[in-house]
Amino acid sequence: MDNILIKAEKINKIYRLPAEEIKAVWDLDLEIKSGEFVAIMGPSGSGKTTLLDILGCLDSISGGKLEVLGKDVSRLKEHSLVVLRRKNIGFVFQDFLLIPTLTALENVELPLLFSRIPCERERSTSLLKKLGLGHRINHLPKEMSGGERQRVAIARALVTNPKIVFADEPTGNLDTKSGEQIFQILRELNQKEGLTVVLTTHNNKFGSQAKRIIYLKDGRIVSRQDSCLYA
Amino acid sequence: MKLVSVAFKNLQRKKIRSVLTIGGVAIAVAVLVSLMGFDAGYQRALTGDIDKMGYQVLVTAKGCPYEAATMMLKGGGGLRYMEQAVFDKIVKDPRIDKITPQLVATEFDKDRQNGQGGIVLYMGIDDSYLKLKPWVKFRSGGWFSGAQADEAIIGYEAAELEQRVPGDQIFIPNLNKVLKVVGIFERTGTQDDGIVYLPLKSSQRIFNLPDKLTGIGIKLKDIGSLSAFEEALYNEPGIQVISMAEVKGTIFNLISSAKVMTNSVAIIAILIAVIGVVNTILMSVFERTKEIGVMKAIGASRLDIFRIIWLETTLICVIGGFLGDIFAIFGAQAVEYILRHILPYAPGGKLVLITPILLTGSFIGAIVMGLIAGIYPAFRASSMRPVEAIRLGD
Repeated sequence: MDNILIKAEKINKIYRLPAEEIKAVWDLDLEIKSGEFVAIMGPSGSGKTTLLDILGCLDSISGGKLEVLGKDVSRLKEHSLVVLRRKNIGFVFQDFLLIPTLTALENVELPLLFSRIPCERERSTSLLKKLGLGHRINHLPKEMSGGERQRVAIARALVTNPKIVFADEPTGNLDTKSGEQIFQILRELNQKEGLTVVLTTHNNKFGSQAKRIIYLKDGRIVSRQDSCLYA
Repeated sequence: MKLVSVAFKNLQRKKIRSVLTIGGVAIAVAVLVSLMGFDAGYQRALTGDIDKMGYQVLVTAKGCPYEAATMMLKGGGGLRYMEQAVFDKIVKDPRIDKITPQLVATEFDKDRQNGQGGIVLYMGIDDSYLKLKPWVKFRSGGWFSGAQADEAIIGYEAAELEQRVPGDQIFIPNLNKVLKVVGIFERTGTQDDGIVYLPLKSSQRIFNLPDKLTGIGIKLKDIGSLSAFEEALYNEPGIQVISMAEVKGTIFNLISSAKVMTNSVAIIAILIAVIGVVNTILMSVFERTKEIGVMKAIGASRLDIFRIIWLETTLICVIGGFLGDIFAIFGAQAVEYILRHILPYAPGGKLVLITPILLTGSFIGAIVMGLIAGIYPAFRASSMRPVEAIRLGD
């Protein structure tokens, strides 16, 4: 039980529109253990991003029970959720979402600033260097390629030493080579450092390399499988 | 890295918009400082002018007391005259400390102001004048040689204008009279600087006003006896008593109406600046919806976002306030020049008095303005839900 980071029981997410109800996630059970590499796959509109937002405590559930690191998130107040995210969860987004006015280093330092951790410039710098961005430390996002920006976003997600990283289509906006590179970085972080990674992807090649693959359709899990490549 | 540097870099994103907003705040602060500086400066200068008249009470021929007081303040002639006998009677009053008779006359000199012509003010005085105004000193030369001498002492500015020195001769146009300049007064910073002084008796003779006076300036031994003194003169025919304190009060009352106008202008300028700041920051918040969502996702609390946006508005107002103070300091000369041309009566001395307290006060005011203007945009930004901000922010 100790190594279960996330436990979802019959969780629902319903968007109530004037004319209809949309069940973005429906009756979904899921456990994610520490050190796992989980790929969530499925067609567009299947609820992958919504599920990732819910599991990352960015969005609330309409029903069911969700425990993240042993805490029932539906009972947590907003500030407690912020602290939970701040300490334990890192996010990587499809379109990088770096702050355009800040340099690569400043973007990486931002979570430390919000966490009231004295700016560990060394940690931020070494993370960027480790991800091959030593020469881009003082560059603005607009001066970097897509792959470089996504690596900065990964450094930003890792800087607070989170227990789990959620990556929403992290290779979706990259060319094949850069996409491959980003995927390998996430995979290495999982394999070598034991970081729990949950990602969404359309790419079967990447998905098949995950330890566990979850297929979603219309907000429901339609299939689960462990990758034979991962062992 | 600090939150303030995040805020500062956000302002640099749309430079023209930020510069225009800062400019709006700077103009509002400069207007506020200039108007408040004018309020303070005009009041002080007017008080200085009235106090430097040297007398607390002015006795003039009956007429509009304010017209008479204004004419006296301007150094102009109360165009009504009273008999010398009034002076001879009042002078015996034991409550009087110092008293001086004056006869003011004006002549048009067509050669003045580079041939455009102008009014020259002449004032007949006797040696009691200097007792009432002990601060008046000679720059050069000295007092008249006699009570009937055809001589003149010239105020500092009049002498500068005409480039006169003792020994020169001046000509009173229309009367074909030549006066010898025997002295030049030091600058007093009042309207007295523009007057040509003659011995009282000579002025009565030259301007054909025998035994006539336009005013009597009086300083009482005890200002508390002013009401009783006024009462005693009340029944005296053909004269009126004007207390300079009352004149001061009346002018200040008139100014206070103008103050309401100027303060309204300042308040409107500030309101426009505040609306400008709120608008700019709100636009910036809406443009950055997605970024705000990301910041929340990576650990920013409501308070963090609130502080970043609040800092942005405060920075705008701090920079604007500082620039506004600078504009006000350097613009004061221009404002003074314009006011002197607009105002019907501008006292001597600085009209726009910009003090360190005023500058500091307005700077602090600008900061407070920033804090207030930032509340709503900061609240809007901090209330955004991260998932909605990220997904709907495109």
